[in-house]
Amino acid sequence: MKNQHSSIDDYRYKIANREALIGVGLVLINFIWWYGFAYGLGSKDPAEYTFIFGLPAWFFYSCVVGLIVMIVLVTVVVKFFFVDIPLDDEVEEE
Amino acid sequence: MNWEALIPFVAVVVLVFFIGLWSSRKVHSSKSFLEGYFLGDRSLGGFILAMTMTATYGSASSFLGGPGVAYTEGLGWVLLAMSQVVTGYFVLMVLGKKFAIVSRKYQSITMVDFLKNRYRSTPVVLIASASIIIFLFFAMAAQWIGGARLIESLTGMSYVSALFIFALSVLIYVAVGGFRAVAVTDAVQGSIMFIGTLILLIATIVAGGGISNIIADLTAENPNLITPYGADGSLTPAYVSSFWILVGVGVIALPQIAVRAMSYRNTKSMHRAIILGTIVVGFIMLNMHLIGVFARPILPGIEVGDTVMPLLALEVLPPWVAGFVLAAPMAAIMSTVDSLLLLVSSTVVKDVYINYIKPNATRKHVQRLSISVTAILGIIVFLMALDPPDFIIWLNLLAFGGLEAAFIWPIVMGLYWKKGNKYGAIASMIVGIGLYVASNEFFPEPFGLHEIVLPVVCSFFAYVIASLVTQNSENHPV
Repeated sequence: MKNQHSSIDDYRYKIANREALIGVGLVLINFIWWYGFAYGLGSKDPAEYTFIFGLPAWFFYSCVVGLIVMIVLVTVVVKFFFVDIPLDDEVEEE
Repeated sequence: MNWEALIPFVAVVVLVFFIGLWSSRKVHSSKSFLEGYFLGDRSLGGFILAMTMTATYGSASSFLGGPGVAYTEGLGWVLLAMSQVVTGYFVLMVLGKKFAIVSRKYQSITMVDFLKNRYRSTPVVLIASASIIIFLFFAMAAQWIGGARLIESLTGMSYVSALFIFALSVLIYVAVGGFRAVAVTDAVQGSIMFIGTLILLIATIVAGGGISNIIADLTAENPNLITPYGADGSLTPAYVSSFWILVGVGVIALPQIAVRAMSYRNTKSMHRAIILGTIVVGFIMLNMHLIGVFARPILPGIEVGDTVMPLLALEVLPPWVAGFVLAAPMAAIMSTVDSLLLLVSSTVVKDVYINYIKPNATRKHVQRLSISVTAILGIIVFLMALDPPDFIIWLNLLAFGGLEAAFIWPIVMGLYWKKGNKYGAIASMIVGIGLYVASNEFFPEPFGLHEIVLPVVCSFFAYVIASLVTQNSENHPV
């Protein structure tokens, strides 16, 4: 059972491992963006805040723009870097 | 009693209920009862997968507790809540294809099943099963309380009768429907949440006289409300960042989430679910918590955080729209409860009973047992929820953290590190759970971090060290 499938396993696991690493990378980008804007712009006195669409700038960039950036990044990564592979050992459907 | 709001509310809940029953008919035609009932035959498409993930995760903690805390703490809590966006893509990317391939190879139906096949060890299975059963009880009780509170504030019924109605409706259809019913109704409920929060956010902004106006009112009341540091300045960056583990990346170790990562049909569905899930989770988290903050100038002086949402909806929306919108948190709670209930019962039936008590049970026997175990568990949770504590979110997070500390490394390292073995898994689970519970009891917030951080870090080393030390005594790589 094990030997029979080892070649297809190697090929599928290689893809799976790479995509898992991409996931970790995205989280790091997400975190840096979120943290950088929130505490970079938000740590001054509220009296000195600038506002965008009525929201404090730190919040707007960190949470609103941050969300949009992540959605775009995730979409690009999935569309261009993720590979379709069969999940079952015997390739029957698809 | 508010009939105008109650009618659309009930209509939505009943609709969801019938969709569940309708979709459950497939269970009876599937090849294996267990795979059909507990996993929906691994046939979920992209949309349903994304929605069932979102709905399971977007539980009472985000729908009642979360906005309630945001009401008290201000924008700092919305910032914290945004750490949950990562769940939209991280879970499926990291457990990813490997988990789906391996769980098919092993024919695993539950997370414990996967651990059992990966580590081939009775102690691993028993510790895992016990922690799922114990911790998810806390989580379920929290959800039931949330559901009953909501019905209570909407109808003016007593808490006990509200709880009774909630329990009954959940029980009937989980017991009959199984995983597919839960997943399909999650899709409906996820859509309701998405639309409902959007409507409520817009209505709240209008009622508050525009965003600038609301922010000005908040600043006038307490400038800290618009900083990232919380109402009294006590939300430190280290503490808020710890939530990236608790409600962000750590979520991959929650069994109710992980089981969904083995339930999809093919990689196309998974790809679609990653994109859709990120969008849906992100919007719901942002909108929902902003609603909590914006509610403050409109409805000042609310004491019980959990009632912010329902009171606000009734205040700023026409009653019939409020009924529809309030079906959103109700939907969230119901779907969370459904999946938790199913999960605990699958642990009892599949992981404990069939593994160790009666391995050759007949289909009919398993079927009857699954349904009655589900019903009995529901009744026990009902009794626990009769005397509820005030803030459901903390109860809920204790359960989340406990499970994450237990499972994160046995799952992740089990998938990606060949040398990981049963000694590593056992050490990791014991260190993780032990340290988490001890930290909550005896030394809360070590180094200014949330209690989850230390156990997750230590259990990683426990896993690696125990696995390496025992390399020679154990020789079957998987």
